[in-house]
Amino acid sequence: MTPRRKRLFSVVAILAGVGLAAVVALKAFDNNLLYFYDPSQVAAGMAPAGKTFRIGGMVTKGSVARTPGSLEVRFVITDFAKSVTVVYDQILPDLFREGQGIIAHGRMRDGVFVADDVLAKHDEKYMPPEVAKSLKHAIPPEGST
Amino acid sequence: MWRHFAPAAAFLALGGLFAFALMRIGQGRLDVHEIRSPLLGRPAPTFVLPSVTDPSRLVDTKALAGRMYVVNVWGTWCGGCREEHSALMAIAHSTTVPIIGIDWKDDGQQARLYLAQLGNPYQQVAADRDGRVAIDWGVYGAPETFLVSSSGVVLEKQVGPLSEALWAEKFGRYLQGEGGS
Amino acid sequence: MIPELGTLSLIIALLLSAAQSFFGLAGAHRNRLSWMQVVTPAVAGVWVFVALSFGILTYSFITNDFSVGYVAGNSNSALPLVYRIAAVWGAHEGSLLLWILILSTWALLVAGLSSSLPVAFRARVLGVLGLIGLGFMSFTLLTSSPFTRLLPAAADGADLNPILQDPALAIHPPMLYMGYVGTSVAFSFAVAAMLAGRIDAGWARWTRPWTVAAWMCLTCGIALGSWWAYYELGWGGWWFWDAVENASFMPWLASTALIHSLAVTEKRGLFRSWTLLLAIFAFSLSLLGTFLVRSGILVSVHSFASDPARGLYILALLMFFIVGSLTLYAFRAPSLKGGGGFELVSRESFLLLNNALLVAAALLILVGTLWPLAMDAFNLGKISVGPPYFNMVFLVPALPLVMLLGIGMHAGWKRASLQTFRRKLLAIAGVAGVLALATALIGFGSFGVPLTVLGFAAGCFVMGSALIEPVQQWRRGQGLPRAALGMAIAHFGVGMFVIGVTGVASYKIEKDVGLAAGDSATVAGYTFKFLGTQPVSGPNYEAIEGRVAVSRGATPVTELATQKRTYRVQQNPMTHAGIDVAWNRDLFVALGDELGADKWSLRLQYKPLVRYIWLGALVAAIGGLVAILDRRYRVRRTTAVPAAAPGSASTVA
Repeated sequence: MTPRRKRLFSVVAILAGVGLAAVVALKAFDNNLLYFYDPSQVAAGMAPAGKTFRIGGMVTKGSVARTPGSLEVRFVITDFAKSVTVVYDQILPDLFREGQGIIAHGRMRDGVFVADDVLAKHDEKYMPPEVAKSLKHAIPPEGST
Repeated sequence: MWRHFAPAAAFLALGGLFAFALMRIGQGRLDVHEIRSPLLGRPAPTFVLPSVTDPSRLVDTKALAGRMYVVNVWGTWCGGCREEHSALMAIAHSTTVPIIGIDWKDDGQQARLYLAQLGNPYQQVAADRDGRVAIDWGVYGAPETFLVSSSGVVLEKQVGPLSEALWAEKFGRYLQGEGGS
Repeated sequence: MIPELGTLSLIIALLLSAAQSFFGLAGAHRNRLSWMQVVTPAVAGVWVFVALSFGILTYSFITNDFSVGYVAGNSNSALPLVYRIAAVWGAHEGSLLLWILILSTWALLVAGLSSSLPVAFRARVLGVLGLIGLGFMSFTLLTSSPFTRLLPAAADGADLNPILQDPALAIHPPMLYMGYVGTSVAFSFAVAAMLAGRIDAGWARWTRPWTVAAWMCLTCGIALGSWWAYYELGWGGWWFWDAVENASFMPWLASTALIHSLAVTEKRGLFRSWTLLLAIFAFSLSLLGTFLVRSGILVSVHSFASDPARGLYILALLMFFIVGSLTLYAFRAPSLKGGGGFELVSRESFLLLNNALLVAAALLILVGTLWPLAMDAFNLGKISVGPPYFNMVFLVPALPLVMLLGIGMHAGWKRASLQTFRRKLLAIAGVAGVLALATALIGFGSFGVPLTVLGFAAGCFVMGSALIEPVQQWRRGQGLPRAALGMAIAHFGVGMFVIGVTGVASYKIEKDVGLAAGDSATVAGYTFKFLGTQPVSGPNYEAIEGRVAVSRGATPVTELATQKRTYRVQQNPMTHAGIDVAWNRDLFVALGDELGADKWSLRLQYKPLVRYIWLGALVAAIGGLVAILDRRYRVRRTTAVPAAAPGSASTVA
């Protein structure tokens, strides 16, 4: 291969790589950008209907209710202005408790947020950076699959 | 020739983004936490709890009605609280606004020892042993500091250790006419 | 008194680092042998004083000196000794000290093992390493000293975070840092070569073993972290595309690309500027990772978020090294004209594709990691980029990468015909296809998800292909050079990894169930019988333990115990999973909450082939180790010594 053809080849390879990367990225981005809304925004109808999004707030004291013997749990999260009821039927994260800030991942159905993933966000204490990820990890991974 | 500067330029731009984000975090205009302070502008939760310094007495927020006060959530187990303690002492000396401590999930004996050793910046300290009051205040970490207005509304909140500079920056503007800086 | 000695020795180390970088860089620039001779003792001195400082912090932990703020914040008198030692790097300040200790250890190794290098080049390499040390030591001393006193002393400590109280985590950060910080060696070689203005095959050959060593540690570190997350965080996932994980994975991708690119530069003198760029990128991404997890900019860490000063300091350091080296690169790159040509089908082409795909994956992961921050900073809404994005942007480059790998391993330099290997490769591909179908259909009873068979086939193909040369040489009764053997082993590990990932992704079963004592649930043919709960207590925690008997048909398999622990000091609950390991699957049981009506929630999981993920990574790392031990690197070292002195004069630009 002459230097010129080699250069041409490199350029084509790089362009193909960049092009492929761009297409993949845009496509994947489009489907996987999850917006975050608080209960007030949800109450104001800002959250997209029928689409997955994330919601965050404090778990209202005394709101956690469970049908005895069933995995399904209901609780209310609030931003102290508006509240949203959340339904979840998997195991709650270790750090889930009343008064705790949580993030839930799911969609609205009949005025109730049906979560497929619940994350407890904060520890009471300082957390070393290399393992701070674990807070988000004390959850069922991937949720959807 | 210039194309060889592209990587340097790209990283410089990235650095710019980081500097911008850090600056906004420093100014309190960007909160990377997703749950924003929900209490701001809302009535402060009330509580009645036993006092740490004298367990036979009660700390009652009703007695503070009509005045501006500061609520500081701390614990002897909390490193950030030790870090901010000297700042709290200085603030307590420089202002007439009372600081009410909520000793969160702590041992009373240890708390008294801590205050005896490091000094007591609090007008009153309440013992929240089971953490129920902290839940009302939406506390998710210690230390946290709240400023409550004379009409009982939460005006400002600081998450993490306080310093005198932070105090002046975030809380100072509410304190004019309250006899302290 | 003792902790102050720790600060003092860190200050001495800082001064020695300054000497190391000044005499190294200025000595080489002015060609003063006497200056350059100071560098080695300085490197040794830095190591001694950093190690002393680290030892003093460890001593403070062992002796429960709660007058040291960092000890009080991260330890407790009830904490077992081994975790008191691991607690040294349990938080920001101490882990930074560990970072510095590892950096100075790398520098010491470079100084000790590089006597064959030209004197000026070696001085420059150590000078650059000294500069990095200087930056991080000043950062530690000015913003994050672990020796700050707490007066009066705390009565007892706040304890180490429970999730850190685990053997794998005790070695995970040191291993990961070895890898992270190890990229600084390749970086220093690159900067030294650019300063000297001589970027040749020699440079690539000297850099290779160091890069492989760092890559090896990084591989082990990441795998350990993944393994730890799998069992300790309680829920059985092995990779989460979390910002912190991405921060370690991006330098790994860049180092992997660098190893391959260095091979081309060494053997053929090609891709010289690209290789330089990759060496800079690998270290830049390591620094970027350090910045991201320590500045509070991505991960919400309380005390960092309130201290942007730390973030700014480390950002300044980051920019100095990255932009500085890239600017130097911009001046040097135009003079680097490519060497000889190569055909379209050649090892060079395969390696070029390898690099393009790896770098594309790293860039797309970087974009996904930083996008939420950028949106948030400009008030464009709070978003997050979900794991499906990362799965996709990684899978799309990774699949062709793995396929090409099986063939590319055998491609010759310059111009490959592959004729000699064609029949073998076709045969292996055929066998791999049959094996993949058999694994899917007979082993697991279904085709799984769309890519399942392809994944198994690709994994088998790579493993088979990696074996061709070792088997051939073994039959001839000849040994393979260690470098080639190491490559074969590493690629074999990649194949194992691919099979593990495919198996878990295709056939894992997760089931949350509510069971009362005596109830059973069936997952993947295994019957899990809940035997009930009982309270137990550990050295520093109380727990509720649930026991589960597992059987398959009438045959009992195992009895698993899973705990919900509450640590006495921090009062945080933590789930400890029960795991049964076999060669072809893990059975995983985690205790959830009490549901009322005497029932408990339990998560039951069946994880086929999951062990091959970490085993594959381990085998790949072993491959790296074998490659480093190649005689090529050692022989040159001893034979090149006499040539070093005259050689040094010519490299001084």
